[in-house]
Amino acid sequence: MKAPIFTYKRPEHLGEALDLLADNDGGTQVLAGGQSLMATLNMRLSSPAELVDINRIAALRGIEPRDTGIRLGALVRHADVLASATVAQHVPLLALALPHVAHMAVRNRGTTCGSLALADPSAEMPAVAVTLNADIVLAKKGGQRTVPARGFFQGLYQTARQDDEMITEVVFPVASTDELFGFAELSRRHGDFATVGVAVRAVKVENRLDNIEVTIFGSEATPLLSKTASSFAIAANASDKILGDMAIAIADDMEPMDNHQGRGETKRRQGATLIRRTLRDVLQRAFLEQTALS
Amino acid sequence: MTDTHTIAFLLNGQPVSAEVDARLHLADFLRHTMKLTGTHIGCEHGVCGACNVLVDGRSARSCLMLAVQADGTTIETIEGLTASGKIADLQREFVARNALQCGYCTPGVLATATELLEHPAPTRADIRDALSGNYCRCTGYHAIVDAIEAVAQKRQTP
Repeated sequence: MKAPIFTYKRPEHLGEALDLLADNDGGTQVLAGGQSLMATLNMRLSSPAELVDINRIAALRGIEPRDTGIRLGALVRHADVLASATVAQHVPLLALALPHVAHMAVRNRGTTCGSLALADPSAEMPAVAVTLNADIVLAKKGGQRTVPARGFFQGLYQTARQDDEMITEVVFPVASTDELFGFAELSRRHGDFATVGVAVRAVKVENRLDNIEVTIFGSEATPLLSKTASSFAIAANASDKILGDMAIAIADDMEPMDNHQGRGETKRRQGATLIRRTLRDVLQRAFLEQTALS
Repeated sequence: MTDTHTIAFLLNGQPVSAEVDARLHLADFLRHTMKLTGTHIGCEHGVCGACNVLVDGRSARSCLMLAVQADGTTIETIEGLTASGKIADLQREFVARNALQCGYCTPGVLATATELLEHPAPTRADIRDALSGNYCRCTGYHAIVDAIEAVAQKRQTP
């Protein structure tokens, strides 16, 4: 099908874009990478009265170190993030997740901030942002505010962003040297939307992993940060049985949705398997030297 | 009421300018306005990759980009890539290895491969990863991967 009729504006400066959004009754949408928006327009799942194309706004470009972390402007593409040595070094979870994001041609245009703004339940970037509790910066005419990712995703495609606001940047905290990360997802074709996916953050303390955080996505309406996971510590020599039992307990936190990709309860089982594998992967990388020595 | 814009860009090495409706996507502009029907439309929502073209040297889904967004860019379609001879080795290898049957996906696959081959020595895994964004319903991909791998090796040893 073809997109419905809309008007198109291409401001050169952020202020103009925010002016265009200011009188927004929900009919104006921001166009950044367009890799989801254009598909929904072609299928007439969305019909905005006006598109504000932000691609010429230079201030929204760039991956930059800040005091609070690594800043990705609203025009930073998935391909830029994947190629960034700064991201690979300081936000390793992003680097682990990005190979799962769509395909080369889509990564060349799609943006991190656009993915956050859309809040597709199967998308990787919201799950990474929740795991790291990234700061999402929202601007509107006459002001801006920062919303932590853990308070940003509110429901299926629902976020804290108001119609007159746009995401101008996201700031991911810099990983410390004792932090470890893992990422895995299940999808029908590599790069497609995940049926269920898992992001893990843990801190290496002596001979165990502590402060374990597990985010489950794809199966849930919003990325789900497991409460159960944070109560565990994992010993360096934890058995498969222990990891399996932990994974099942963590997967109990899930509220999986039934859809064409499967029943909710099937996804809980798939989630438990992914969690067990990802915890094992993180544990192996955390204690690589011990394993090599023993 | 329709909203029209004037665009000017470099298409297959030639400057073009046109009046386009805001809602027109790039693939339809290339096919219907410019009569460059080598760019194919499969799914029209970004899944199949048949409409891939090169925008400023990077592969992009032309169904997921507005024609008005082409303004100021450099765009190459299969017609331009062919005429320039830039991927003649790749096209010869596709023919030699039967890396196409119906050919519908081929222009998009070649656009993807053109970008991939900018990187030195892609592995078979790299090639398969890049091709994961292009559906081919005939070949089972094996011959396509072989053809791209062969060209990558030949370009390494001139």
